[in-house]
Amino acid sequence: METPCTTYSAGDFKNGQSVRWCPGCGDHAILNTLHKAMAQLGIPPYKTAVISGIGCSSRLPYYMNTYGFHTIHGRAAAIATGFKVANPEMTVWQVSGDGDGLAIGGNHFIHAIRRNVNINMLLFNNKIYGLTKGQYSPTSDRGFVSKSSPYGTTEDPFIPAELAFGARGNFFARSIDVELKISEEVLVAAAKHDGASVVEILQNCVIFNNGIHNAITDREYRADRTIHLVHGEKMIFGKEKNRGLVRDGFLLKAVTIGEDGYTMDDVLVHDAHTPSNFLHQQLAMMDGTDLPLAIGVIRDVASPVYNEDIDRQVEEVRAKKGFNSLREMILAGDHWTVTAPQSKD
Amino acid sequence: MSEKPTVKTLDRVVVRFSGDSGDGMQLAGNIFTNVSAGMGNQVSTFPDYPAEIRAPQGSLSGVSGFQVSVGSGVYTPGDRCDVLVAMNPAALKQNVKFLAPGGVIITDIDSFKPADLKKALFETDDPIAELGIKAQVVEVPVTTLTKNALADSGLDNKAMLKCRNIFALGLVCWLFDRPLESALHHLKTKFAKKPAIYEVNSKVLQAGFDYGHNIHASVSTYRIETEEIIPGDYTDINGNTATAWGLIMASEKSGRPLFLGSYPITPATDILHELAKRKDLGVKACQMEDEIAGVCSAIGASFAGDLAVTSTSGPGLALKSEGIGLAVMAELPLVVIDVQRGGPSTGLPTKTEQTDLMQALYGRNGESPVAVVAPCSPTDCFTMAFEACRIAIEHMTPVILLSDAFIGNGSSAWRVPEVDEYPEIKPHFLPKDRCDGTWRPYERDAASLVRYWAIPGTEGATHIIGGLEKDTNTGAISTDPINHEKMMKTRREKIARIARDIPALEVVGDVDADTLLVGWGGTYGHLLTATREINANGGHLAFAHFRYIQPLPENTGDILRRYKKVIVAELNTGQFADYLQAKFPEVKIERVNKIQGQPFLVKEVVDAVTKIMEEK
Repeated sequence: METPCTTYSAGDFKNGQSVRWCPGCGDHAILNTLHKAMAQLGIPPYKTAVISGIGCSSRLPYYMNTYGFHTIHGRAAAIATGFKVANPEMTVWQVSGDGDGLAIGGNHFIHAIRRNVNINMLLFNNKIYGLTKGQYSPTSDRGFVSKSSPYGTTEDPFIPAELAFGARGNFFARSIDVELKISEEVLVAAAKHDGASVVEILQNCVIFNNGIHNAITDREYRADRTIHLVHGEKMIFGKEKNRGLVRDGFLLKAVTIGEDGYTMDDVLVHDAHTPSNFLHQQLAMMDGTDLPLAIGVIRDVASPVYNEDIDRQVEEVRAKKGFNSLREMILAGDHWTVTAPQSKD
Repeated sequence: MSEKPTVKTLDRVVVRFSGDSGDGMQLAGNIFTNVSAGMGNQVSTFPDYPAEIRAPQGSLSGVSGFQVSVGSGVYTPGDRCDVLVAMNPAALKQNVKFLAPGGVIITDIDSFKPADLKKALFETDDPIAELGIKAQVVEVPVTTLTKNALADSGLDNKAMLKCRNIFALGLVCWLFDRPLESALHHLKTKFAKKPAIYEVNSKVLQAGFDYGHNIHASVSTYRIETEEIIPGDYTDINGNTATAWGLIMASEKSGRPLFLGSYPITPATDILHELAKRKDLGVKACQMEDEIAGVCSAIGASFAGDLAVTSTSGPGLALKSEGIGLAVMAELPLVVIDVQRGGPSTGLPTKTEQTDLMQALYGRNGESPVAVVAPCSPTDCFTMAFEACRIAIEHMTPVILLSDAFIGNGSSAWRVPEVDEYPEIKPHFLPKDRCDGTWRPYERDAASLVRYWAIPGTEGATHIIGGLEKDTNTGAISTDPINHEKMMKTRREKIARIARDIPALEVVGDVDADTLLVGWGGTYGHLLTATREINANGGHLAFAHFRYIQPLPENTGDILRRYKKVIVAELNTGQFADYLQAKFPEVKIERVNKIQGQPFLVKEVVDAVTKIMEEK
């Protein structure tokens, strides 16, 4: 990461293009928090690249005053990987939706995470294909009715966190488009994490899937159905801040502090840095029904970084037996020298 | 070797080593090639190996061959071999068809026991008669003699048997008057890290050589003509290695670091292997999760400012199509290497063909013109890989390099170029005084129509590119009909103008003849040899070979129109002929085609071309 040398404002990352998402689309809020997060990070716009695939969310680079590449469907993670390996000085943001990132781009998604290339992978999850006008996506719930599933889907969805952990991800955070402060917090944390950082943002498609996250995000019960996890802090939630998460055998349980004999001492303290992902996965799988949906940084563990290891290997190999030129390398191997034209003896 | 009885002097000879795919025939062939090249012979090789990694031992499907031609005027590995080494009955059965009239067969008679014959599906105990072989067969107890040579080595039986190939090599070295010291030198280099293995193999090599000496009465020996060659440092190189090295040379000459995004695929994987080794030169070679990620990571690296390359074969090129289209739209430098193999689908993975030409030219959605070049020999892979990079970087475009399995795996002696032998490559960077925030990504050089390359990290040059059509002036997304047509024509014209920046087409042979033979890519050696043979026998034939396919050299039409008959010979059903015919409808184009997964034989070309020349 670059050390900040100048102070930036969100405006330094906007490029003045008129934003063309539908009025009321969750993407507007995410774009604004991204501008703010970038300003907070203090990395200059010209040291920042935003690389996207195809879909509504992938239009995002057009609204950034950074280097930007609006690529092809599903491939942003692979393109961002090559970009980062080639130009590791740049801070790289990769933007995808649930269709782009988890369906057509599923392979690149898991392998970018597995390699642990140092990019920030934003996944805008609205559980629908918006740009193609309303087909079910790999995160749509079983039975979901859409234009391409008029009788309901007959397949189970991916849970992005589970996929990220399955790919051995070491950074996973979640936010909701309307949670501006938490979004900014997790975006900054993702950029500061060295390695592949996955940020799932629950985003509302106002046209084709309006209210899909309402069961969780509605103001009336959002505090009771979500929990904001902060490393080193107690896992408490609820309007009254009197609910907490405790261990229940191998599982987690939501309790009311002061009831059934539970005290604050029983409530777990969040440890995002513990290498085991066992509890992180349980936290990430909470869905807002029996247990509150976790938002914030769920896992943030240091591990070897792909692009840094490539650079390190190049340095090591060059220090040991590096050559200054191709010719020098060839002549160090099997060859022979012809000094003068040979006679036909 | 004064005691050698009958010494034949030959311009060139062809030796074919054949055995089980685990018998080390490729190694024996490679060392023989290197020794010959070191003596001043021209060399050309053709490894012919099975798709199976280890087919059942001794079976017909497990036979591996390595053919090499050495001497002067060598441009192909030869149609037929003068000496066939067959290490077992299966190798004999599969390879006897490659023996030239008057050729000699050397067998390891110890491997022709009834059980061995059965594995190779012989029905009698006399394979020579069963195959109707009339040629001289030298039956050598290779296995026994190898074991004898290693009696004191302490090796077990299995380890000793692994040295049989080197015994055969020693014998062939004696036969063709190759210096043993040179063979030992190459063996030592090969086993540099395993001195014990070198020791035992050197004993076996000597034993094979001595055996040849002792049985001299029964075989003719040969003296092979050498070629006058340019002084310099030489090495043996195959086309895939040459390709990898050409990319590195282009990186040195352009100052842009080299990035490879690739995925293993036969017969292109050796390019990935070589570049993965070249971290010692700062190369970053990434094995990606699939072909698409291979091209896409390269596109990302190109946007980031590297000389970016992806390597593959036909099926992989199909998967990369959409990515290449993105690079066309974004106008980024990108080199795509297709080492062509037999298709369609999985096809013939280890065999050669020129069937991806149309895919390279047109195999993308929309109209998305790219430059296409094709090396004509193993060593030309170096030059054309360099050229692909030069065109990509200086013209901000994807370039497809159409190599093939024949030249990719084939090798010849190659003079290591001096540092200043290749030109500087000048990236079309955004000038410093334009890094003021006012630049728009599709501003172009007026003459070449090339847009500028602004390397991310440069202050004052932030910009957005992408796959959507852009406004020619502002670079913003545009669906304006007139703008789209203008951009389509500009992209096409930009590629067309590369023609100003490539060498003119040359005609060789009898340039004043009425008939012009035309080829492209890896068939050069066979077509040139055929042309020479036809002209040596009183025929009149001119020959032009294309290495620049799109755009074509500017003088192409002038040359084609000069001849009454133009014959296009290629290893497909006529793709280049169709391409030329569409561009030059006034030229009457005849065709010679072969689609058998094998290179041309010179004789086939001579016969087919002669027949067309004789037609009214």
